[in-house]
Amino acid sequence: MIAPTRPQRPLRLIWLQSGGCGGCTMSLLGQQGPDLVTALRAAHVEVLWHPSLSEATGAEARAILNAAASGEEPVDIFCLEGSVIHGPNGTGGFHIMAGTGRPMREMIEGIARHATHVVAVGSCAAYGGITAGGGNAVEAGGLAYDGTAPGGLLGAQFRARGGLPVINIAGCPIHPGWFVDTILQIAGGTMTPADLDEWERPLAYTASLVHHGCARNEYYEFKASAEQPGDLGCMMENLGCKGTQARADCNIRAWNGSGSCLDGGYPCINCTGPGFEEPGHAFAVTPKISGIPIGLPTDMPKAWFVALASLSKAATPRRLKENAARPMPVVLPRDRRKGGA
Amino acid sequence: MSEPSRLIVGPFNRVEGDLEVRLDLAGDHVEAARVTSPLYRGFEAMLVGRPAMDALVYAPRICGICSVSQSVAAARALAGVRPTGLERRPLPANGAHATNLVHAVENLADHLTHFYLFFMPDFARATYAEEPWHAGAAERFTALKGTAAVQVLPARAGLMNLMGILAGKWPHTLSIQPGGSTRAITRAEQARLRLMIAGFRAFCETHLFAAPLEQVATLAHRDALYAWAEGSSGDFARFVMISRALDLARLGRTSLRHIAFGAYPSEDGPLFPRGMFDAGIGTAAHLPLSAITEDVSHAWYRGESGTPGKAAPVPDMGNPDAYSWCKAPRLDGRVAEVGALSRQLVAGHPLLRDMVAREGASVEARVVARVIEIALVTMAMEQWIAAIDPQAPFQDTSPRLETGDSMGLTEAARGSLGHWLRLDGGRITHYQIIAPTTWNFSPRDAAGTPGPLEQALVGAPIRPGETEPVAVQHVVRSFDPCMVCTVH
Repeated sequence: MIAPTRPQRPLRLIWLQSGGCGGCTMSLLGQQGPDLVTALRAAHVEVLWHPSLSEATGAEARAILNAAASGEEPVDIFCLEGSVIHGPNGTGGFHIMAGTGRPMREMIEGIARHATHVVAVGSCAAYGGITAGGGNAVEAGGLAYDGTAPGGLLGAQFRARGGLPVINIAGCPIHPGWFVDTILQIAGGTMTPADLDEWERPLAYTASLVHHGCARNEYYEFKASAEQPGDLGCMMENLGCKGTQARADCNIRAWNGSGSCLDGGYPCINCTGPGFEEPGHAFAVTPKISGIPIGLPTDMPKAWFVALASLSKAATPRRLKENAARPMPVVLPRDRRKGGA
Repeated sequence: MSEPSRLIVGPFNRVEGDLEVRLDLAGDHVEAARVTSPLYRGFEAMLVGRPAMDALVYAPRICGICSVSQSVAAARALAGVRPTGLERRPLPANGAHATNLVHAVENLADHLTHFYLFFMPDFARATYAEEPWHAGAAERFTALKGTAAVQVLPARAGLMNLMGILAGKWPHTLSIQPGGSTRAITRAEQARLRLMIAGFRAFCETHLFAAPLEQVATLAHRDALYAWAEGSSGDFARFVMISRALDLARLGRTSLRHIAFGAYPSEDGPLFPRGMFDAGIGTAAHLPLSAITEDVSHAWYRGESGTPGKAAPVPDMGNPDAYSWCKAPRLDGRVAEVGALSRQLVAGHPLLRDMVAREGASVEARVVARVIEIALVTMAMEQWIAAIDPQAPFQDTSPRLETGDSMGLTEAARGSLGHWLRLDGGRITHYQIIAPTTWNFSPRDAAGTPGPLEQALVGAPIRPGETEPVAVQHVVRSFDPCMVCTVH
């Protein structure tokens, strides 16, 4: 086995933001156990520039970024948050980089072509994300994808200097742990193509379905369904929940200490998936054909799902039936030895 | 070599999003400023045509730092679609408490992030190396390296843990609904929330204030603040001492009308009320909402200026007078400032009223207002947690109207936020957003009147040889700008 060794010099990281909301950085600041600054130190990462966290501004910042884009100064990890903006009419004019008069995408491309590792932070940078929603009038795309189509700013064949494709930490926003895991793996020299899934997302979090570890699993098993947001039951049948298809460990790795979307009482909208911004239906309403939800669980043959669903509906315990369409349980589990049902 | 007469500052970092500031210089000071918001994403257009409730998915994603504020504005706007003359139904008490808590967590986290990570690091700059306070400031606040960062980040994350229980995740929760909150809270969770806010109070009373919150919240005039700061070892006192040394009470001054849309509603009224404060008159007054308009004479849009409930300008880079994607909101045709200072002036906080009566709105007053709010809101949160009744509903899920006009108003950390929408048969047919920094960083209007930041920068001193004038840094950041909200 090769033990990861501490590099001779710190890994130099540059972070840019373009067509996004800054929410991935904000989520990242919530890193716990330990905090973000300590985590970056543990990964031996030196932040050359980050728009929210660095002292350097204006000309100082431009000098750092220009040196990185020309290859003059080495960059080990280049992170982009937010989508690449190409509009209007392919000019890039919807995001002119402040202080330069040039489209932001030029700086993004310059640094990406020289960096050892390129990381798309969030679904916007990876695939276009919410910024590409509603007909995509601003011509937003990702670093190596436009929605589900390979390409993007850098092209489908793009490999960073270190040999890997763009690493897509998709999510809207990212979980801080997804980023920290990725950086630690890069720093340790253990990030390989086998650590990425079919959309080049780190398997560290996409080997799971959102369904895994969902506290509503028993309701799912017995098809005891929520009717309104905030009800306790399974949200797949009525509320548009995509947890059985979405890839992320949201119900295994808690958000903000203890939460997840499903635990918060609202459905998974598959925000780690390319194209999540245009589901083709109202986000919180399940589209159905003759009463059967269109989006069935990943890998599940439809006939089996329908057969099992009708069987399990017939077997639903009273406790789940009573509780599913309420925000607080009215029937609790009870030990038979103390007179339970 | 002669001094340059123009200066372009950008990328302007430690603000949320991208920002460029163009300065005309006259000798050793700024003579005129133009503020450019260089990113356009088009959320208003994206929302048109979507099912009404999709606004709850899209609106928070306008901004990762004001995400909950955007949700609250969208949820209120959706809840407000009702037959003419019929009052909007109040939220169930628990729904109001839960929403206020989620919103307060975001706003306090933003205040904390602004103070420690965005604003204070400028005092660690080498340009201040000769100042007697510099070594202490550099040790404490240097970006990413100061001793404060590894204390404030865990405190902020600990505060955010309230979100884990109340909202599932942050940013971009869907827990905030027109009828309340999707997340009912048990008695055990209520107890846990109490513990979490106690942890945050402890951070504030140890590091930020080094004093009880109640003591800070009741400081009633400027001299009391100055005297208190001399006896405190906390980070807020450090700011006050540096601010006095640099005379930040006379930097970035404006004498504009201040407005607030009202924050944290409850059965007893909002914690901070809606209203308008005019420093010239010195009192708060009714805020005429129908007098709010957006002017696009100097922005890259085509279309008439007008009220956000009706006008919907479209992007157009052909406007030769334009220099920003930010529209220029005006109240009754006049410039207005928004933010924590404006909120506290409208609410009548004696300390902030006194500071503004003496020197006008300034870098110092804006920062003091923000930090004082951390104390005020933390104390209010303790009461909202206590007031939750786990047996009562958190949400009113009765059906709403599918056609009509409405607006949703709230206060983000950095000021007043409004959404104006129209629904037709359950679909969105009109959506306009005016964000806090749209007010503060607006470009000139048709009359040529500059926006609040553009006015505040006039007179800012330039030190010899400066290309990124540090005074300009302080003035810009004193507004706690959020550029992604500004243009949306």
